[in-house]
Amino acid sequence: MRDARAHIRRPLGARLWLSGTWLSILALAAVFAPWVAPHDPLAQDLFLGRLPPFWMDGAEPGYWLGTDSLGRDVLSRMIHGARVALMVALVAGTLTCIIGASLGVLAGFYRGWSDRIISRLVDIWMAFPPVLFAILLIAVMGPGLVSIILAIVVIDWTRFARVIRAETLSQGAMDYVASAQIAGRTRFNTMIAEILPNILPTVVALLTLEMGIAVIVEAILSFVNLSISTDSPTWGGMIAEGRTSVHQAWWVLVFPLFTLFLTVLSFSQLGEGLKDRFDPVLR
Amino acid sequence: MMYEIRDLRLSFPDMAHKPFLGAPPQIEILKGLSFDIPKGEVLGIVGGSGSGKSTLGRAMLRLLEPSSGTIRFDGIDITHRSEQQLRPLRKRFQMIFQDPMSSLNPRRQVRGLIAGPLRLHGMDNVTERVASALDRVGLPQHFATRYPHELSGGQRQRVGIARALALEPDFILADEIVSGLDVSSQAQVLNLLGQLVNDLGMTLAFISHDLSVVRRLCTQVLVLHHGEIVEHAETDALFNTPRAAYTQELLASIPLPDPYQEWA
Repeated sequence: MRDARAHIRRPLGARLWLSGTWLSILALAAVFAPWVAPHDPLAQDLFLGRLPPFWMDGAEPGYWLGTDSLGRDVLSRMIHGARVALMVALVAGTLTCIIGASLGVLAGFYRGWSDRIISRLVDIWMAFPPVLFAILLIAVMGPGLVSIILAIVVIDWTRFARVIRAETLSQGAMDYVASAQIAGRTRFNTMIAEILPNILPTVVALLTLEMGIAVIVEAILSFVNLSISTDSPTWGGMIAEGRTSVHQAWWVLVFPLFTLFLTVLSFSQLGEGLKDRFDPVLR
Repeated sequence: MMYEIRDLRLSFPDMAHKPFLGAPPQIEILKGLSFDIPKGEVLGIVGGSGSGKSTLGRAMLRLLEPSSGTIRFDGIDITHRSEQQLRPLRKRFQMIFQDPMSSLNPRRQVRGLIAGPLRLHGMDNVTERVASALDRVGLPQHFATRYPHELSGGQRQRVGIARALALEPDFILADEIVSGLDVSSQAQVLNLLGQLVNDLGMTLAFISHDLSVVRRLCTQVLVLHHGEIVEHAETDALFNTPRAAYTQELLASIPLPDPYQEWA
């Protein structure tokens, strides 16, 4: 009577491996930045300005990815920039997820007036242009890590609220919710014990997507010089600085840009990979 | 009496015709139904789609609240009881759903699906009860650790039956429980249900649009049409001498094994 379907262990999958590896390397580099980075990310040396990366003529040993116009080591700055990027991704992503998903579940499960209030709030919120909203917020609160995280949470909770509300609505229409009522479960208990496990894959996929988005938003804010103070290296800040000298020293722009791209891609692929992996229902 | 239902009415707001301001008009789904289900009977509830048979079932189990009328379950008026007041009674009337893929939480193993309601009602010997419920519906014990998507349609519906049975209810409502199954699984599930009704002496309401299924299983039949009872009779009487025109129409639509032979 045992059939094969019951015990399939799916392989981890290439995208889960690749994205996981990249993000792990990044996380290790961020945590151990002062020991890993070959140079002080802030040390300037005008004699070593605009050194090219190691495979080009005129490269200096030790400066693997070259230096910017002030002679600061690009690799070291990127490693220190990873700290800000990952911090923002983790904290802002998680906070946004908790706030948005909770409101979404409440609206989708209880419907009625709680849905009306939350949905109208989301509609109104989304009518504000998000970038202006963030700039305004940071202008009022002053630049800094906390402001950036708050700005991301304030802008992006609506994404979670909308998607999770829709998912909860469709789960709530399933008969297993009615059968929980027949069994005598309380409404709240049904929401926590029956609905929540079924929307968790969506929450996880959205969370990792949001982490990627948080990295981008931080980079955008750094680019327009609204991120944390200018003496902490950030990827967005590096891209902004590299832009002005892109014809003389493309590496100052291209390396952080590529890292940013890989990181955001990895976050979204990680989410999809996890969803495939941990959903017992083969979709 | 297991159920005494008097002048049961139920309406839904018609959001499609809601005026811009003000309350939406009401659509009456159940238009004053009165009938009894004596203990130990198997009542078939038949009717076309949109006749209100599922709504009636859900009102009887108080998944829906009637607009007016009364529902008495074993002498207790449950028409307007709050969910909290209903909870201790819930164990006594259970339901088997049409689509087990939807009614079994895909994240729970069979074991948890059957044990959950038992724990909620504080029943003892949960493990033994789960094992004996699986036994009763003819599922091997190692299915306890399967997830619903790892079962076939017929096996899933057996889990649905096991879940309802495990609570040892006085009454079970079966809402179109074989309409999603292939013919051989249908026969197996119906045989099983018939046998369980005989063995346990349960009262059962069996909602179906399939009259040949109802004829096999039920002692009484209630025919619904547009939210009204058009006929309520003993099964044999209904099939031999249908009185309402709509019942005759339904009977005429049953495909016969031999098209040249009428119902005996």
